[in-house]
Amino acid sequence: MDINLKRLSMQVNVDDLLPASEEEKEYMIKMRPSTTAFKDGVRRLRKNKVAMVSFWIIVIITLAAIIVPMFWPYKYETMLGIQPGKPVDATYNNLRPFEYSRSEQKRIDNGEKVFPHVFGTDASGRDYFIRVVYGTRISLAVGFFASIIVLVIGLIVGSIAGYAGGMVDMIIMRIVDVIYSLPDMLMVILLAAVMRVSLGAALEGTILEKIGSNIISLFIIFALLYWVSMSRLIRGQILSLREQEYVLAAQASGAKGGWVIRKHLIPNCISVIVISTALQIPNAIFTESYLSFLGLGVNAPMPSLGSLASDALNGLKSYPYRLVIPAIVISLIVLSLNLFGDGMRDAFDPKLNN
Amino acid sequence: MNPKTLKYIIKRLILAVFTVWVVITVTFFIMHAVPGGPFVGEKAISKAAQQALEAKYGLDKPLMTQYVTYLKDVVQFKFGPSLKLRGRMVIDIMADGLRTSVKLGVIAAVLALIGGVVLGAIAALRRNTVLDRIIMVLTTAFVSMPSFIMGSLLLVIFAIKLQVLPANGATPGGLVLPIITLMLYPMAYITRLTRSSMLDVLGQDYIRTAKAKGVPRNKIIFGHALKNSLIPVITYFGPMLAYIVTGSLVVEQIFAVPGIGRAFVSSIINRDYMMIMGTTIVLATLIVIMNLISDILYKVVDPRITLD
Repeated sequence: MDINLKRLSMQVNVDDLLPASEEEKEYMIKMRPSTTAFKDGVRRLRKNKVAMVSFWIIVIITLAAIIVPMFWPYKYETMLGIQPGKPVDATYNNLRPFEYSRSEQKRIDNGEKVFPHVFGTDASGRDYFIRVVYGTRISLAVGFFASIIVLVIGLIVGSIAGYAGGMVDMIIMRIVDVIYSLPDMLMVILLAAVMRVSLGAALEGTILEKIGSNIISLFIIFALLYWVSMSRLIRGQILSLREQEYVLAAQASGAKGGWVIRKHLIPNCISVIVISTALQIPNAIFTESYLSFLGLGVNAPMPSLGSLASDALNGLKSYPYRLVIPAIVISLIVLSLNLFGDGMRDAFDPKLNN
Repeated sequence: MNPKTLKYIIKRLILAVFTVWVVITVTFFIMHAVPGGPFVGEKAISKAAQQALEAKYGLDKPLMTQYVTYLKDVVQFKFGPSLKLRGRMVIDIMADGLRTSVKLGVIAAVLALIGGVVLGAIAALRRNTVLDRIIMVLTTAFVSMPSFIMGSLLLVIFAIKLQVLPANGATPGGLVLPIITLMLYPMAYITRLTRSSMLDVLGQDYIRTAKAKGVPRNKIIFGHALKNSLIPVITYFGPMLAYIVTGSLVVEQIFAVPGIGRAFVSSIINRDYMMIMGTTIVLATLIVIMNLISDILYKVVDPRITLD
């Protein structure tokens, strides 16, 4: 009989009720546990050797920057030669790596143990190793917080522009266009130069004074200038996501704009957001070190990698390693963060990969 | 030129003019928000003398009047007198500095362009060989090294340790190190850009067609592949200039080059209002114009690019 006719007949086909054969059962066995998009991304990321090496370098540097100052016997701001009640001991200044000052040498001769100055000391007799570690900490912290600020502002403005559309979008995007075409570095220098003067007075006596007016002004600069590319990116994402059916469904069931953005749109572009935030960190570190080099960065005696490099220029002839060490650290951080960010982009967002 | 392109160009022109105006305005009001005028910090001068000085430079008038006057002057390239270097006009100081800085910047840009395109093309044509790997590792290192660190390291190696090149930019031959410092980053960037776009072009159908037709290899490389893979490089003109301008601020500082960058940095330290405003406006305008040209050029050269 023709197969189609058989299907139409009401008669029960006994063949359909037979138990499944071994072959058919095999077909149903799960070959491997189901995976999520996130797990998939992590798996791809772990396969990327360059990204993983960069990741571990970042972890090691970050942990070192946090932990080392806890047990290191020297402080970044202590000038070892100056002790209360004693004449200034200039032999502490400008020590070469693993050299000791006169009084330290005396203590060693008496059988005492003195912790070595691994990178020597600087012109004011401060242990250089701890200054580099502390400078790394400052640079990393500035990079991290600046990126968070950029993320928050970019996220809010970008999602409002993308979701609202029309006039609101137009106005916001024109502002973005103008800020985007401003020569950022010049504006940054200008703002940094002015704000350190005006903020210094305003901060006096507050908690923020401890962080220093220069770092605060750096954050303000980032909040003012660098959110534009983030907001552009997020707006673009939202614009395309907004047309999806599930957004329409949410709106049809009475969801308000803020809810749709928070619950539907942002979770769907989270990978793009995380990746560009990660790539923003080296950028911020770069900017901070650049400003520090021009003397517009962190307030003395706080070190940052940029200001250490800048200070090293004075004694360059005799102590070139004082420049080389922060230079290597800064390049290593920026390089690994960039490579790791690229790896994340490849792993989590194949769409971005061109 | 089709009307769409024209519309795009006009839109960009308006944006550029508007941006320059924003720069002028922001600079002016920021500079006037600083506590303490330009004469603070020097030896204490009497109130009368201060008032006389402020009257001389027009700092006693209402802010808006000063702003309008300044705007009118800027359009005519009048940037007023320098507040610190008495008796010198800002425009003259800038002209002096620009002569050196333009030489420095143009040589660096041209060398970066030539070097970057050549290295990028070689890397693409010798893909996955040792040569390609070496080029990529070096360019990655150059891209992640801030200009001030690169400059200082070059200074240590060539001027102090080896003593083959002068450290002072004002001496003959002194511009060699600043030029190398400034060109390495853009060169590395252009190398990577050229390599990836060349690889992209080499995979296109028309290259295969040319090969199949028996076009000589050199002609394919120079006539078809290289020409088309240079299009993305055009977009980098603007950012490259911006990099060279901001990079020259520190590079001129390191090598003591008497250029506009050093004048800018020292005017910030000296709080020379007129000088800061003048330099910011001139440098910013330069960058905006270069960005404009490179964007327009990009759209005109490759008609496939959609205008938005």
